[in-house]
Amino acid sequence: MKALFSLVVVAVVVLLTVLAVSTSGGRTFFGTILPFAAIAIFLVGMIYRVVYWARSPVPFKITTTCGQQQSLSWIKNNNLEAPRNFLGVLGRMALEVFFFRSLFRNTKAELKSGPRLVYGDARWLWLAGLAFHWSFLVVFIRHFKFFVEPVPGWISIMQELDGFFQIGLPIFYITDGILLAAITFLFLRRVFNPQLRYLSLAGDYFPLFLIGALAISGVIMRYTTLRVDITDVKLLATGIVTLNPVVPESLGAVFFVHLTMLSVLLLYFPFSKLVHMAGVFMSPTRNMANDNRVRRHVNPWNHPVKTHSYEEWEDEFRDVMKAADMPLEKDVESK
Amino acid sequence: MYDSGKVIIGVLVFLALLLFPVWYNLASGEATTQGPELAKPVKGEACVLETAYMRSNHMDLLDDWRERVVRNGERIFAAPDGQHFEMSLTNTCLDCHADKEKFCDECHTFMAVDPYCWDCHIVPETPTRQEVTYVN
Repeated sequence: MKALFSLVVVAVVVLLTVLAVSTSGGRTFFGTILPFAAIAIFLVGMIYRVVYWARSPVPFKITTTCGQQQSLSWIKNNNLEAPRNFLGVLGRMALEVFFFRSLFRNTKAELKSGPRLVYGDARWLWLAGLAFHWSFLVVFIRHFKFFVEPVPGWISIMQELDGFFQIGLPIFYITDGILLAAITFLFLRRVFNPQLRYLSLAGDYFPLFLIGALAISGVIMRYTTLRVDITDVKLLATGIVTLNPVVPESLGAVFFVHLTMLSVLLLYFPFSKLVHMAGVFMSPTRNMANDNRVRRHVNPWNHPVKTHSYEEWEDEFRDVMKAADMPLEKDVESK
Repeated sequence: MYDSGKVIIGVLVFLALLLFPVWYNLASGEATTQGPELAKPVKGEACVLETAYMRSNHMDLLDDWRERVVRNGERIFAAPDGQHFEMSLTNTCLDCHADKEKFCDECHTFMAVDPYCWDCHIVPETPTRQEVTYVN
């Protein structure tokens, strides 16, 4: 039901785009105004979210238990799992961001007949997630060729590597296939696993459908005869980043669907679970050094507590205590 | 804001990476609102298929031609308008679009496309160069 709702929303946006771009006003809106607005809202929204998070104090260090913390000199410290310094934190963060290390440790518990509870590893999510994120990144970077002139050499090299096997014409990009396969798996996983289906919200399905529609419209434009004149695509794209918008005549509905899916993705990004792109850097279990035996972490929201130490107390009653022959830390004379 | 130094550096890196097209175009100063300008064909009235189709789908036609010539031994292409052409990149396409640099390469360089046609095909001499050799 939630999946269906998300699918309907994406379908409505696609239909709306297809209908609107038959008019010149619609072409201007979906070709220039919406992308501009989407990029602006995306950038401002992301910065807002990050600053909002950075304003929240972290009350205590969260000690992660998956590695040996720095303690005595003869106990070996695992600097990547329980970093003692900034370098270790950088390493742990890099492994998390580039290889999803904490997802790699994902486990599952299954009730088998007997009844018998069986624990095991569950790495398909990690594998599909890694495949999806990396191929999406490569696809995203490849698209920079539409936005810049002249196209830098490293983008050409990236394209060449992506089409390494020279399958078909235009040459098939491996990342296109991996992206579609991974996103299909990520969707089916939510549908066929009962526990996961129960947990899944519309906000989980919507980005999958959105990115799916984005990828499929792109694939249609590259590999089928609904192809567009990509020099015109480049004029529109360059126009957006040089604040010089043009909407060439030749661009058809498929292109506008592709562009609108991207715009909606950007618009939706800062307000959804997709902000984990920035959030991963703000995770306290990943970005704080496990050095609480060495450095005291003071809770930033600690209220100033009124204290009355023994020293102060003795100062107050020293004469009386002396008179009663009570032991004193500091004697009256030595005061 | 806590750890503001690190957060601000992170935000700046994020902006610098995502706004790469903006500052790259400003630095290069070569971004245009005009597409590549193609050299007019040296002869011929019209292309073997419609121009709009050729603009976006010429690679399909060339791929089809290659397959039919190399694998099936066919040589003659019957265009929808009834005309017949030899299926040959060098003898048919480049006969009219004589200057590869000012025709093929214009868009291919603009879009960073590197077709492997020229791995096998020899680029014919451009007409101007031919004229020079002829006069001599």
